[in-house]
Amino acid sequence: MAGGAASRDEVREGPASAAVLSAGIGVFVTGLVTTLAEVSPPLKAALVWSDAVGPLSGKTGLGVIAWLAAWALLHLLWRRRDRNFSLVYRITLWLVTAGFLLTFPPVFEAFMAE
Amino acid sequence: MQLSTREFWTVLHGLGFGAIFLLAFAGGLAGLWSLRPELVTIEGIRERLGRLRWGTVVMAIMAWLTILSGTYIVYPWYRANVPTSPRSVLLADPTKKLWHTFGMEWKEHVGWLAGFLATAVAYIVIAYGPALVRKHNLRQAAITLFVLAFVAAGIAGLFGAFLNKLAPVQ
Repeated sequence: MAGGAASRDEVREGPASAAVLSAGIGVFVTGLVTTLAEVSPPLKAALVWSDAVGPLSGKTGLGVIAWLAAWALLHLLWRRRDRNFSLVYRITLWLVTAGFLLTFPPVFEAFMAE
Repeated sequence: MQLSTREFWTVLHGLGFGAIFLLAFAGGLAGLWSLRPELVTIEGIRERLGRLRWGTVVMAIMAWLTILSGTYIVYPWYRANVPTSPRSVLLADPTKKLWHTFGMEWKEHVGWLAGFLATAVAYIVIAYGPALVRKHNLRQAAITLFVLAFVAAGIAGLFGAFLNKLAPVQ
């Protein structure tokens, strides 16, 4: 995914937008799956991708998959374009804030299934 | 002066990879902050960018090494379903239970966020390089994400230090 942005397309902000937004998506998905795992015990069980690590393996695995898939797709779509970086950045900050909150135990435990 | 395998990996995870990430933060932040035409000459920007490129890439790699070694090597020992594991020890003591239910539960998730954010910062520095001097918005975004990555890693590191003091992985 690296390369090219600083040469011919150096002022194009599409690649930076893709990198920043995909990081926000990775953070948000990790937080969202962390909370959803508390809501749904079957989902929590399905997230045990590694017996030694437990559901953390699936929660973070999905976050990484979402991050890399979003980055690859957005980079392909935006690499030669000038996105509205300020808007993308603001959306990213909201996603990161939500992701942080959803990994905070008092927040995800509030959704814990009885 | 002996370390068990488990103690060695715990030290490498926290005091090796993790500490390098946290200690390098101040240098990286200063480098990004000062990447402005009114503060440095063209020669100074060139010299700073070289260090900044290496620094942010090494920090992203250290973030992922910390995360992966913590999750896939140290954490299974911590959460092992035996009475002597740190998790069992903490949960068995009502005065220490919160260190697991709050401290470890937050640490094990929030640390991962640093990897996503630090990688985005390293990409921006590598891909845009000298253009960051003119692109104030990109530099500002990189600084903010860099600080957020540090906060996430700092929370994980702080709880890791306390947890290892209260119930060490042995």
